[in-house]
Amino acid sequence: MVLVEQSLNGLQFGLLLFLLAAGLTLVFGIMDFVNLAHGSLYMMGAYFAATFTAWTGSFILGVLLALGATLLLGIALEFVALRHLYGRDHLDQVLATFGLILFFNDAVRLIWGPAGLALPLPAWLTVPVQIIPGVYYPAYRLSIIIVALAVAALLYVVVMRTRIGMLIRAGASNREMIGALGINIKLLFTLVFGLGAALAGLAGLMQAPILTVQIGMGENILILAFVIIVIGGIGSIRGAFLAAIFVGMIDTLGRAFLPDLLRMVLSSAAASTAAPALSSMLIYLLMAIVLVVRPEGLFPAAKR
Amino acid sequence: MKKTFWLAGAMALALAQPALGADSIKIGFVSTFSGPTAAIGNDMRNSFELALDHLGRKIDGKPVEVIYEDDGQKPDVGKQKTEKLIQSDKVDFIVGYIWSNVLLASLKTAVDSKTFLISANAGPSQLAGELCSPYVFSTSWQNDQTPQAMGTYMNQKGVKSVFLIGPNYAAGKDMLAGVKSTFKGQVVGEEYTVWPSQLDFSAELTKAKNSKADSIFVFYPGAAGVQFLNQYAQAGIKAQIPLYTAFTIDELSLPLQKDNALGVPGAQQWVNDLPNPENKKFVEDYRKKYPNLRPTFYGAQSYDAAQLINSAVVAVKGDTTKKDAMKAEMEKANFKSVRGPFKYGKNHIPIQNFYLQDVVKDADGQLALKTVATIVKDSQDGFHDKCPMK
Repeated sequence: MVLVEQSLNGLQFGLLLFLLAAGLTLVFGIMDFVNLAHGSLYMMGAYFAATFTAWTGSFILGVLLALGATLLLGIALEFVALRHLYGRDHLDQVLATFGLILFFNDAVRLIWGPAGLALPLPAWLTVPVQIIPGVYYPAYRLSIIIVALAVAALLYVVVMRTRIGMLIRAGASNREMIGALGINIKLLFTLVFGLGAALAGLAGLMQAPILTVQIGMGENILILAFVIIVIGGIGSIRGAFLAAIFVGMIDTLGRAFLPDLLRMVLSSAAASTAAPALSSMLIYLLMAIVLVVRPEGLFPAAKR
Repeated sequence: MKKTFWLAGAMALALAQPALGADSIKIGFVSTFSGPTAAIGNDMRNSFELALDHLGRKIDGKPVEVIYEDDGQKPDVGKQKTEKLIQSDKVDFIVGYIWSNVLLASLKTAVDSKTFLISANAGPSQLAGELCSPYVFSTSWQNDQTPQAMGTYMNQKGVKSVFLIGPNYAAGKDMLAGVKSTFKGQVVGEEYTVWPSQLDFSAELTKAKNSKADSIFVFYPGAAGVQFLNQYAQAGIKAQIPLYTAFTIDELSLPLQKDNALGVPGAQQWVNDLPNPENKKFVEDYRKKYPNLRPTFYGAQSYDAAQLINSAVVAVKGDTTKKDAMKAEMEKANFKSVRGPFKYGKNHIPIQNFYLQDVVKDADGQLALKTVATIVKDSQDGFHDKCPMK
């Protein structure tokens, strides 16, 4: 029973990471663009959702408006700033997008203040539901799993079954070639970046009721997203999906069961101190192993 | 004639110079002013500034200069800032420190230079025991004291078993050890989480729920307290297992925790409604000076730190080189604390009362913290025996 619940916790965390990593891997893989400010879009999604929910009084309406707002913000950001950085060196991109992180953090401090916001859930999402007899799970975490799975399915259909998806895949394997074939690559990039921004915003606003909406909330989780795209293979949505679930599971199950395992070999006090440190290391161990065995990631997009 | 004039002028200037240098009291203030816990640092700064206002911005007739430095909640940065304040700014006092790990990293620099350090929050067990120093005073508590009071309260309530959750750093370990030292029931589980990066407690809450414990005890200061309470309520555990806390609900986190905090008890040495006149003045003037904000215990401790410094400087008539006399004066705790009168143990940690605080709706329908009862009187930390000072 505990295992079922903990696995759901891991799945929920993994799927949330997937939403963040999907946008990052698309932008990195197709546009060859390193976007450190992806975490800022995650933060903006959360701030928009908290603001719009407070304005409209409806959680669902607030979330939908926030999603649109993050999409528009992403497109505007690409148009105004990032577009001029595509031809540049990765280091230039890292510097510029790191500047954007500082810009967004201070902009948020100016507009919303330093204290952070709360995004309260409607009552129907704050109750635990019985999923199998005897196992109750928080309704909100369950809804994150459902929404994220739906988004993953939608992404799959768009990327594998539509013309735009074909162009995106083509762009991931050979950018110059699809440009040479007369595809409007600028428009494609803007679209992809907007999509990535909306996905990051979705992750942020879904995480917001669980955590708080605060400045810098995207920075820690962005590191995990980078780990995921490295494990999954840069540019591969399928890789990001599987790696995200993998990472979410390892992180949660590590935290859940490692202390008890360690207590079998160590003293209780030493085990409870070592376990959190060790479980937060597991993900990076996994990444190191993947880098040694398959440097291109587990499910790389087609070769360039 | 002209020459003599210049000579006299130069001599007057030479005489005036050293007097000018010692003409102000310099205080360094290390706290967190950036990142998710910046709100705590702001509250400490606000309260310290208010205390200086109340002192007329002067201590013993000398102007006060305060240099605020941001530790970013990182021990290495805190140590650097402490070194800078002591070595290049040459401050007379160094105050602040929210985090036990930041204080422990910075302690040696202050002690070695014989600069008075006043902790306005952090109270690691080492500071009360083997690392105690003549130059270090606390206007807060030793970490274990507050959860010890909570453990005592849980005994009074007849709680049979508890599941403990806290962050994996110096203060987290002290806090859980504190509850365990007074709680007479069974400890069925003990979980530490990665600090400060872990903000999702799903795995720990699932374990607590399935442990069949009577109660849960947590210590999560700052934003993490908001996140823990939200997740505790969302998981439906609030209806099943009551929560007991230390430093998890305060005036900064309450507006974000909202109704999730209603009825969740905490222990504290200071609550905003303590009925002594100094406290009334502190709380009222704070709310006047900073509209929309309410002072927290972090602020109350910082306010007291300013009063403690004032008492020491006044006792030596402004001669801050008389360190022994200043130390002797501070050991008397000879000032009107907003928590009410207290004494210092030989390790310079307060011997003080701890109160039970509850979350209620006040007259304006706003959530507020309220003193319900005194849990323990004159509590002294359990580490003073290890302190070699007499």
